[in-house]
Order: sequence, then C-alpha cells, then structure tokens
Amino acid sequence: MDFSYTILIPLIPLALFVILGLFSKKIPASISGWLGSLGLGTSIALSLYTAYHYFMDGKLEGVYQTFVYKQTWLIFTDKLHIDLGVLIDPISVMMMVVVTTISFMVHLYSRGYMHGDDGYTRFFAYLALFSFSMLGLVLATNLFQMYIFWELVGASSFLLIGYYYTKPSAVAAAKKAFIVTRFADLGFLIGILLISYYTGTFDFKDLTSLDGMLIAGWGASASFMGLSVFTWGLILIYMGGVGKSAMLPFHIWLPDAMEGPTPVSALIHAATMVVAGVYLVARLFPAYYFVEDGFALQVVAYVGAISSLVAALIAVTQTDIKRVLAFSTMSQIGYMMLALGVSKYEGHEGLGYMASMFHLFTHAMFKALLFLGAGSVIHAVHSNYMQDMGGLRKYMPVTHITFLIAALSIAGFPGFAGFFSKDEILVAAFESNKLIYYSSVLVAGLTAFYMFRLYFNIFWGEDRKYKHTPHESPLSMTIPLVFLAFMSIFAGYIPFSQFVTADLMPFEAHLNLPLAAIASSVGIIGIIIAFIFYKKPSDLPERFANAFGFIYKWIYNKLYFDELYIFVTKKILFGVVAFSASWFDKNVVDSSMIGIGNVTVSVSNKIKGMQSGKLQDYAMSFVGGIVVIAMVVFYIWIN
Amino acid sequence: MIAGISIYEILTLSSILFFIGIYGFFTRDNLITVLMAVELILNASAVNFVLINTYLYPDLLQGAVFSIFIIALAAAETALAIAIIINLYRIIYSVEVKDTEIMKY
Amino acid sequence: MERIIFYILAAVIILFAVASVTSRKILRAVIYLLFVLIGIAGLYFLVDYNFLAAIQLTVYGGGIIVLFIFAVMLIHHVELVLEKTALKKKLIAGALSASGLAVTLWAISTYPFPETSATAYSSIEVADIGRILLSYEDGGFILPFEVISVLLVAVMIGSIVIAKGRKLVADGSPKTEDGSEKLTENK
Repeated sequence: MDFSYTILIPLIPLALFVILGLFSKKIPASISGWLGSLGLGTSIALSLYTAYHYFMDGKLEGVYQTFVYKQTWLIFTDKLHIDLGVLIDPISVMMMVVVTTISFMVHLYSRGYMHGDDGYTRFFAYLALFSFSMLGLVLATNLFQMYIFWELVGASSFLLIGYYYTKPSAVAAAKKAFIVTRFADLGFLIGILLISYYTGTFDFKDLTSLDGMLIAGWGASASFMGLSVFTWGLILIYMGGVGKSAMLPFHIWLPDAMEGPTPVSALIHAATMVVAGVYLVARLFPAYYFVEDGFALQVVAYVGAISSLVAALIAVTQTDIKRVLAFSTMSQIGYMMLALGVSKYEGHEGLGYMASMFHLFTHAMFKALLFLGAGSVIHAVHSNYMQDMGGLRKYMPVTHITFLIAALSIAGFPGFAGFFSKDEILVAAFESNKLIYYSSVLVAGLTAFYMFRLYFNIFWGEDRKYKHTPHESPLSMTIPLVFLAFMSIFAGYIPFSQFVTADLMPFEAHLNLPLAAIASSVGIIGIIIAFIFYKKPSDLPERFANAFGFIYKWIYNKLYFDELYIFVTKKILFGVVAFSASWFDKNVVDSSMIGIGNVTVSVSNKIKGMQSGKLQDYAMSFVGGIVVIAMVVFYIWIN
Repeated sequence: MIAGISIYEILTLSSILFFIGIYGFFTRDNLITVLMAVELILNASAVNFVLINTYLYPDLLQGAVFSIFIIALAAAETALAIAIIINLYRIIYSVEVKDTEIMKY
Repeated sequence: MERIIFYILAAVIILFAVASVTSRKILRAVIYLLFVLIGIAGLYFLVDYNFLAAIQLTVYGGGIIVLFIFAVMLIHHVELVLEKTALKKKLIAGALSASGLAVTLWAISTYPFPETSATAYSSIEVADIGRILLSYEDGGFILPFEVISVLLVAVMIGSIVIAKGRKLVADGSPKTEDGSEKLTENK
C-alpha cells in the first residue's frame, strides 16, 4: 500500500498560501474565497480517501500498520538526524480528517462571515498557512519536524488572532498568545533535546517502540531529583502541549485569543490547534505510559483534570459568549488530557486513549459548530455579550437549531455524539482513578449548565433593543452549520475503538450503562437548572451570585490568573531583572559608545579649524611638509 | 656657460627666485598678485632647466625645449586664471583670497 | 666681464622679485615682475639661448604682463593700494620660505655636480629647436608639442567661455547682490 500521495494534503494549502499571500492585492476577493475553499476541498477529499483506504486495508494480522515516508534533511550524527516526511497511522489519519474537515467548513463559512472585509484575501492566505502547518504537525514523522510545524502553527495563530491589527486589544491578544505559547514551547524544545540526547533519535517510531532505548532503557538513564531524565524530558515536552492546549497554568492566552475573527476561533482555538497538545501526548503515548511506570502520564492526568474543572467553573460566570466557549474548550481539552492520563496500553485497558481521541474527534465537530453558531449570532447582533442578546430563536432558526444540537452534544445528552465520547472517558476514569472520575462528573454537570445558560440567554428570554432586526446568516454560513450539526449527532455512532487504539489493535467497546446513566442524568440536571435560571428573565442567577459573594467574584475574574502573571512579569521580571539590565545597558554599554562618539566629535571639532578653506594655508602646510620630508630624506642620505 | 660662474651660483639664484615666489604666494591677499608669484616660481624652474642643460648637458637641447613648454603652459595658465578671476570678480565683486573661502564647501 | 653682468642680472632679478611680492601698489608690482622677466631673458642671452630669450620677452613681457595689466585695470583702480599683510602671516611665510631655501641651498652645495666634457653648441639655432620639437625620433618632442597645441586651443576656448560669463542683466550691471546664488547658476 502506498500512501505517499498524502504529502499533497499539506502541500495544497501551502501552495494556496503562497499564491494568495503573494498576489493578495491582485486576486479579487470573490476568487480568493473560492480558491481557498476549492484547495481545502481537494485536501479533504484526499484525506477522506486516505482514511477509507487506511482503515479498510491498513491492517496486517489485526494490527494497524504504520507507514512512514521521509526524506533526511539535517544530519547531526549517524543516528540523530532530522527528517521531513509523512507518518500514516490511525491517529494521524484521524487528525488529518478532523483538520481538513473543520478547515474546509471554516473556509466555506468565512466566505460569508468575512464578506466585504478589507483583508479578505489576506485572511484566506493565513487560513491556508494555518492548515498547512497543522497538517504538517499531524503528519510529522519525528519530534523535530513536529516542533517546526508546532511553531508554524503558533505563528499562524498569532497572525490570525492579530488579524484586526488596527485594534489594540487584538494586537495585545496576539502577542500574549504568542509569548505564552512560546514560553511553553521552550520546555518542549528542552524536552526534545533531553530525549534526543539520551536516546539518539528524534523518530516517533523509535521513541515509541517497546524495545527501544526510551521505553526499555529508562531505568538505566541518569536521574535528576528522583526522576529519570526521560521522565523529565517527557514532562518538559508535555509543557509545550500544556501551552498549546491552554491547560493550567498556561491557559491565559486562550480567552484573549477570542479577539480574532470567529471562524478562526472555531478552526484554531476550538477544533485543531489547541488539541495539538493532546495529539502530542497521544503520539508519544507508549513512552508516557511505560517510562517510570507512567509518572509523566499521571502529571498529564492531573493537569487535565484540574484544568477541566477550573475552566468549567470560570465558564459558568463569563458573559462574553466567545469567552464562555473558550473556557469550555479548555475544559473539554482537559477532559481529553485526563482520559489519556488514566489510560492503559493494551486492548480494552487502553480505553482512555481511544476515548480521548474519540472525544477529540466529536469535540472538534460540535465545538466548531458552537463557535460558528456564535459567529453567526455575533454577525447578526454585532456584539459578543449575552446582555445584548435574547429571543433570537425567532430570527435565526437555522442557527438556533444547530446551536441547540451542538449544546446537547457537548452536554452529553443521550444519543448525541458528545454522549458517547464522554461516556468512554468517564468509564476510563472510573476504572482507574476515582478522584478524577468524580471531578469529571462534576465537570459534565457544569458543562451542561453553562452551555444551556448560554443557549437560553441567546435564543430565549426577551428581545433586546437591536440596531436593526437580526436576520438569518447567508447560505454560505448556514451550510457548514448544518453539516457540522449532522456530524455532532452522528459522529458518536462511529465505532472508534475499531480504528484508534493505543496498541493499534482494534477492540470492542461497550456502553457502560450505569455510568452513562449517571453522567447523562448529571448533564440533564445541569440543563434543568439552566432552564430554571435563564429560560425566563429572573433575579435568581443574581441572588445566587450574591450568595456566593467573593467566591463568585474570584471565579468571575478567572481566579486572578492574569493578575498573577502580570504581577510576576511586571513587578518581578520587569521591575527587578529588566530594570537592572536596562540600567547596565544605558549606563555602561550605551554611555561607553556615546563617550567614543563624543570624543570623536570634540576631536574633529578641534581639527576642523585647520580646514580654513584658504588656499594659502593649505599651500603653507604643503610646503612645510615638503621641507620637513626633505630634511629627513637628506639627513638619512648623508648618514 | 657663463665664464667665471659655477653652476652653484646659478642654482642659488634660481632657488632664491623660487622661494621669493613661494613667499609671495603665501603672503599676498589679492588673487592677481598670487598669480604673479606663481609666475615667479615658474620662471625659476624654467631658469633651472635652461642652466642645468647648459652646464651639464651642453650637447643636448632638452632643457631649452622644456623651457619653451613651460612658457607656453605659463601663458595658458595665466590666461585661464585671469579669465576665472574676472568671472569671480563679476560674481562676488572681489578678488581677495579671503573672500573665496566659500569654495571650501 | 660675463661674470659682472651675471651678478648685475642676479641682483636685478632678486631685488625686483622681492619688490614684486612686497609692493602694495598692484600696478607697480606688475611692472616689477616685468623687470624680473626681462632680467631672466638677459640670463638666457648670457648663455646664448637667444631664441628662448626672445620668447621670454615676447610671451612674458609682451603677453602675460599685458594680460596682468588688463586684469588689474578691469578689476581695480590703477592706484589701488593693497591691504597690509598681517605680520604673523608674513613671519610664518618668511620662516617657511627661508627654511625651504636653506634646505635647498644646502642640498645644492653638497651635491657634487659632475664636470662635463661634451662639446657645447656654439650657438643655439632656431632651426635646431624646431627640429627637435618636431622630431619623432629618439629625443624628439613631437607628442608634447602636439599636446601643448591642443592645450592652448582648449585654454583659449575655455578662457573665452569663462570670461564671457552670463549675459549682462537689463540695467547693464554685472553686479549682483547675492553672489553665491549666481555661483551655482554659473556651474
């Protein structure tokens, strides 16, 4: 079987980026939108074909094969070299499908959403760049290639968040996202260097092979502070994932990233880029699981669980609908992380791994739908805030229905996609760690509550004073909504355990009925509370908020995480470190340079007088010089 | 050959003439007089050419020919210089050396 | 006899040269220069370079001095008295010139000029000079001669163009208030 054609899937968006980017002034807006959609259409067709081909015929004796096509690029030593290429295995194929699907939908949707915007073509060029980088990340054959595309993804995310570059808040958000993720990526890089130094390879296949240096030889490696170097490396690599996936404590960029255009939030900050961290852990899953008996994996699990709980709590209090969705994204990614964290390796034991990937898949669908629906709402009422919305169900029926479907799906309502994937996660958590399980159930309830709080606030309640009557979005925007709504219902029926597993061997997963019942009833309770609180306008939510007083305020202000960061950076970093550095720079480095300049200036000012411009003065110096030279020459001549 | 006169005396004469020219070139304030000093310098060198030819290489004519060239050049130079001086006078209404300082820019 | 004539000529040349560079009356300075030139012509006669002496008299005495007088009369009043040169400048220039002269004289006096045994021209014919000027054999001067002729033509044209300057302004006055502006225009 030959999958080498898959290299085309990232290359098509790259070509699009080059064309749209170079000729953005020349290409009319109408064409660039179609061109982008067409290119991504080709990519999605190719990746769907690949998926079909791979999942049907990719097995050898019941195990999914890994196909690697690569070209050596930089050679450090015989073993340690950077390759570029594509790696085809179940998760990369699955991610490829997710990325191309969402990207294609977002392209279609943006044609309507961005209509008439000045930077229309530029926007599509950035989208193409992002799609290329993300696909390159997904298909990476080794850690270093992944790192390269990881940074490219960060860069294109930066460009897209700062798309409205005349808006100061957008620029600040872009910088924040870039710097925070970059800081986390420092850990990633150090992790890569550590791991590659001790194992002598970047290659995923070697790193995850069970008899390889990393997994089989961890016990023999050097240790640091009681943990083996490999564990440290894996934790540092996970730090990169924490940054990209907006886990605690590097989550602060994600809510601000909502300054970007809404389709971008749907594509990058909900469905694809932010799950890169999950993908990274999944990619190295055997290493995480086997090295030091899965200590690093425990870290993954707890970070995921805490992030998911904190984010869900914050989401309950937010009023900006995009921020609610951002925290919801963070919470759901925390879910995926904890599912990976509690997973085992073999057969049915690897349920968590499969559940995590499953949830990644379904979440991409319904979260993209939620964002695109929110975008549609924002498009109609020109505001991000719940206070400005209400009663929209009459005006926007398609958006209303699709949003409801997505909300039911994420709340885990039985029958919808989110129900199945979430159930698998809860089962996995239940089987391994009860604490994480209870927290996850709580998060499930909170999720249902805040999603329906959002839903009722937007589509029910009283009409607000709108500048002009809200109207349904154009067809180009509603078609992706409908398609994603379809996926949000039916994606759950895909037998994922047949396709994506930790040890590449398909197994049968069953619905665990008691646990599913608990989870969905918690979800339904959440929906009912939201119904009581927000269906009709009432002062109940306010009374409740007042009852909790400072706790409410604490959560509303996102646990003061931003303030903490600002304190650390402004007061400590800028105030102490940067201040003394700048003192040294100004007083020692600069002033020595300025001193040299001043000396030159004063010396030349003195010399300048000699250049009188008088011919006779020059002639005098000339003759004087000649006389002196003549004297010297004659003196030498005599002696 | 001038009977009774050695080459040293002749060269002394031309050197004195030359340095009087140099002195004039340094001290004069008027462009025309500066030019006259230059004429003195040129003449001193012409004299040198002729007399060294006479005293050291009496069978050759090169010195005389060079003197002719020097005279021709001096004439050309003077004509050109005076044209420039007159033009300068028309423009800045002065031929003082100190007024031509602006040319340093 | 020749020796006495030489000393007289030398005294004339030096005295008038000094007078020429120190006189404050410009026209007198020009005339002193004329005497210097005539004295040098006398030197040429003394060494039998008659043709050269004739050229010296016609070109210098007849041409260049007249040119100087014209320039002086065009630019200055004939009776113009030049400003006194600053004493400091005089001292510096004098010291420089004197030291230069000292070095030169010392060099001349210590250099052993060789005695020559070659037979001299009895008298220099114009024909000899003409032949060597136009000769293209060894020791011929045809190339510099032609170059000088071209140079003279160029100088002639150049001085006409430069001296002609701009057309006079309507009121017939060549004078302008703002010299520097004209200077740039004339470029």
